[in-house]
Amino acid sequence: MTDYYREYLAVAVLIGAGLAMVGGMLGLGKLIRPTRPQPQKYVTYEAGSDPVGGWGQSNVRYYVYALLFVMFDVEAVFIFPWAVRLETLGVQSLISMIVFIVILALGLVYAWRKGVLRWA
Amino acid sequence: MIVQNIFFWVLALAMVLGAIGVVRSQNVVHAALYLVVVMAGAAAQYILLAAEFVAWVQVIIYIGAVIILFLFGIMLTRAPMGGDTKLDNDQRWPAAVVSVFLAGVLGALLIDAFGKKEIVISGAKGEQLLQVGKAGHLADSIFTAYVVPFEVVSILLLAALVGAVVIARRD
Repeated sequence: MTDYYREYLAVAVLIGAGLAMVGGMLGLGKLIRPTRPQPQKYVTYEAGSDPVGGWGQSNVRYYVYALLFVMFDVEAVFIFPWAVRLETLGVQSLISMIVFIVILALGLVYAWRKGVLRWA
Repeated sequence: MIVQNIFFWVLALAMVLGAIGVVRSQNVVHAALYLVVVMAGAAAQYILLAAEFVAWVQVIIYIGAVIILFLFGIMLTRAPMGGDTKLDNDQRWPAAVVSVFLAGVLGALLIDAFGKKEIVISGAKGEQLLQVGKAGHLADSIFTAYVVPFEVVSILLLAALVGAVVIARRD
């Protein structure tokens, strides 16, 4: 096995240990706890008061925040390899990245100017 | 190579179970969470293939962002979250035929292309392969040969955001 796989074997062991810990604790709890089911115990917790019930549709304005997150997530994904090779690639890559970020920032400015970032 | 094979089959099994969970779940939120299992399995397969950077992009973009968009989409639409509505329809058999056909075509293509090739990740050529999977190597391609597609990505994201703003302001 190469060093590459050995490094990721550690990650796999960590994930396995995490799953085993969660599973072990929940399983142990299930084994030793008393079970007295009551309907009140299955009521959804809503900040301590009785739940309103049903399910409300969320405001579509949240979607802009989700999409902004996706946009800047994608931007970050491109910035990582760019940052690794910035010194060897030089000014040309710097300019392409600035153009990329400016175009994405235009979207942020648009959302800002249209007032969707403001919570009325 | 034996250890890699064991990991491959364990991950593949987890991915298949997750995928079955996606289509069988009566609750769309659970389906989205099953999709996380499938995508995490895909990321682990990329790591097995020495495509390190792609694997972490899979985690950041697909598990981090796309699933978030899915969950937002579920919240924004009047999707049946409680599991009280039947999500099944009677397209089971056509779907089975299409998926078996697709698996056959993709499998045949892969076996035809790489069936007899053994890719070794140790030794001189393997080191080169590991370098290909790293972020720096991708940057060399993106910022030399593929600058224009890279900038087009930003236009695409801008268009998506402007569309979302227009929809959000309509209410």
